[in-house]
Amino acid sequence: MNSNVNSNKNDKPILEVRDLHVRFDTVDGVIYAVNGVSFDLYPGETLGVVGESGSGKSVTMMSLLRLIPEPPGRIVSGTARFRSREDDLDLLQLNMRQRAKIRGNRIGFIFQDPMSSLNPLITIGEQIKESLERHTKWRGPEARQRVVELLEHVGIPDPDARYGNYPHQFSGGMRQRVMIAIAIACDPDIIIADEPTTALDVTVQAQIVDLTRRLSEELGIAVIWISHDLGVVAGIAERVMVMYGGTVVETGVVDDLYAHPRHPYTVGLLGALPKLHENVPELVNISGTPPSLFAAPSRCPFEPRCPWAFKTCRERRPALESVQRDGHFSACWYDMEKDKPREVRR
Amino acid sequence: MQRYLLSRLIQSVVLMIGVLVLVFFIVRLTGDPARLMMPRDASPENIQAFREAMGFDAPLHVQFFNYMRGALTGDFGRSLHYRAPAMSLVVERIPATLELALAALFFALVVSIPLGIIGGTRPGSIWDTLCRGIGLIGQTVPNFWLALMLIVFFSVELRWFPTFGRDGLRSLVLPAIALGFFPLGKFTRLVRASVLEIRNEDYIRTAYSKGLLEQHILTRHIFRNVAITLVSIVGVQFGYMLGGSIYIESIFAWPGIGRMVNEAVQARDFPLVQAIAVFTAGFVVLLNLLTDIAYAVIDPRIRYEN
Repeated sequence: MNSNVNSNKNDKPILEVRDLHVRFDTVDGVIYAVNGVSFDLYPGETLGVVGESGSGKSVTMMSLLRLIPEPPGRIVSGTARFRSREDDLDLLQLNMRQRAKIRGNRIGFIFQDPMSSLNPLITIGEQIKESLERHTKWRGPEARQRVVELLEHVGIPDPDARYGNYPHQFSGGMRQRVMIAIAIACDPDIIIADEPTTALDVTVQAQIVDLTRRLSEELGIAVIWISHDLGVVAGIAERVMVMYGGTVVETGVVDDLYAHPRHPYTVGLLGALPKLHENVPELVNISGTPPSLFAAPSRCPFEPRCPWAFKTCRERRPALESVQRDGHFSACWYDMEKDKPREVRR
Repeated sequence: MQRYLLSRLIQSVVLMIGVLVLVFFIVRLTGDPARLMMPRDASPENIQAFREAMGFDAPLHVQFFNYMRGALTGDFGRSLHYRAPAMSLVVERIPATLELALAALFFALVVSIPLGIIGGTRPGSIWDTLCRGIGLIGQTVPNFWLALMLIVFFSVELRWFPTFGRDGLRSLVLPAIALGFFPLGKFTRLVRASVLEIRNEDYIRTAYSKGLLEQHILTRHIFRNVAITLVSIVGVQFGYMLGGSIYIESIFAWPGIGRMVNEAVQARDFPLVQAIAVFTAGFVVLLNLLTDIAYAVIDPRIRYEN
């Protein structure tokens, strides 16, 4: 994957994840949640990560700084090279203290449910200030002033008075703005946003998307935007990564991938989107159920649901391969464009 | 906040009136309070004299009015056994009982909070096994048996502590441990469960995602939330400790209210029993009120409630 299209083609990736494997040890057996995920993130770009629940998109991103519960979670193997102005390190090799220095400082997080992601007993001002006091030189009144600026920056009216308010005094959208303020407080290189709009009203969703895009552009922050909503991702991301069964099945530039999907799963996802200008008698879905993750994948995870599946799909797992257009990769044995099985090197 | 406190205060007053009414009627439930209070072999003349002396021959509403008027001024009649005002007898015993209950509470909290936190943050570890073991033992060992064992071992064998009486700090140790052991088990289990649960909350993940250190997250983010649950149970347990101290105070001959209950019941000293019942109930109501205030102090969602 050295020919990715990105906004700054000459830059090196700020984050290079290679062959990440994450498992969960449960009483029912081992769950193979992430199975060899690799991807690059370039400075300042927004990467959309889409997939259904259980596709491993959140686990992949949360594993980078070990924010999954361990146990039962277990990062089996992989590397995650993080390269910024100051740092060049493998995130997965850090010890607890080193990780805590990156979290919230170089890499900020926004989570799904703003209702439960803030501590109900601490004022929102203090919750932002905590981050500043941990990672920067700001202290006391100066730190407070900086927090007020941050609140203003994320569009909270009357920020000085709101500093001392508690989370329950804010609406969902406003709380998510507070989460964004926490994420950008220490001027990070990357923000990982885990379905940040899923729990919000549609109108508020749009505001949060706009705010994130604006801040990412202004501050030059790379964003990993996890979502199961293809529409939202189209609106914010430059590149998209589609995940299924703990693997990346397709990745490419948004317009290209949406116009010319090359993986049957992506084709199915896009086909399932209801279109506003068409009369839809019935919603389309992908038949079948998501794969069981209780076994190590030995074949294509989408094979049981795939209308194009053939013998090879049941025998070997496809790797991400370039498909003609620059930066467009798909993990499929079937060549959509030629409408025949891809030639397989044995 | 003010409205919250005011409503709790009114609730407490209503509850206290309910307690007073209940105590009044329970004594009269069997029909004749004079017959109930006098020894079984008392002569009819004695009973009649007693009935008149206590005012039990007056109509019920007059009795009730007199009783309530007395209760509001702290007058629950004279103890039959001690021949002194019942409530002042109770008040005399308060320091001893309070001292024991506070010492027991202190012992329970000082042991259970660290233990519960260690167990809750390291589930499955040896510490956690210890924490769960102590929690279970604390809740299953009867405190009167524990009290006897403590006496046998530490007083009789080792001679470290006196076997009974209230005479300085050394005499407080064994009864406090015996009385505090049940709440210790209860608190340990509660703190452990609460820490386990709160560690899984989204806002704790947020705290970790901010790069905060373990120690900071524990004290600032986890423990404050655990405190809400703990406060509710501490209030209730402290109330129980006053009641449960009947055995402990009797075993250690501790001159408190618990031992007085024992004596008063055996002597059929009804005015005294009534005074103790009202006092204990009042104490529990007060504890509940304090618990509600503590809630408001810890939890802004209650503080700002309209």
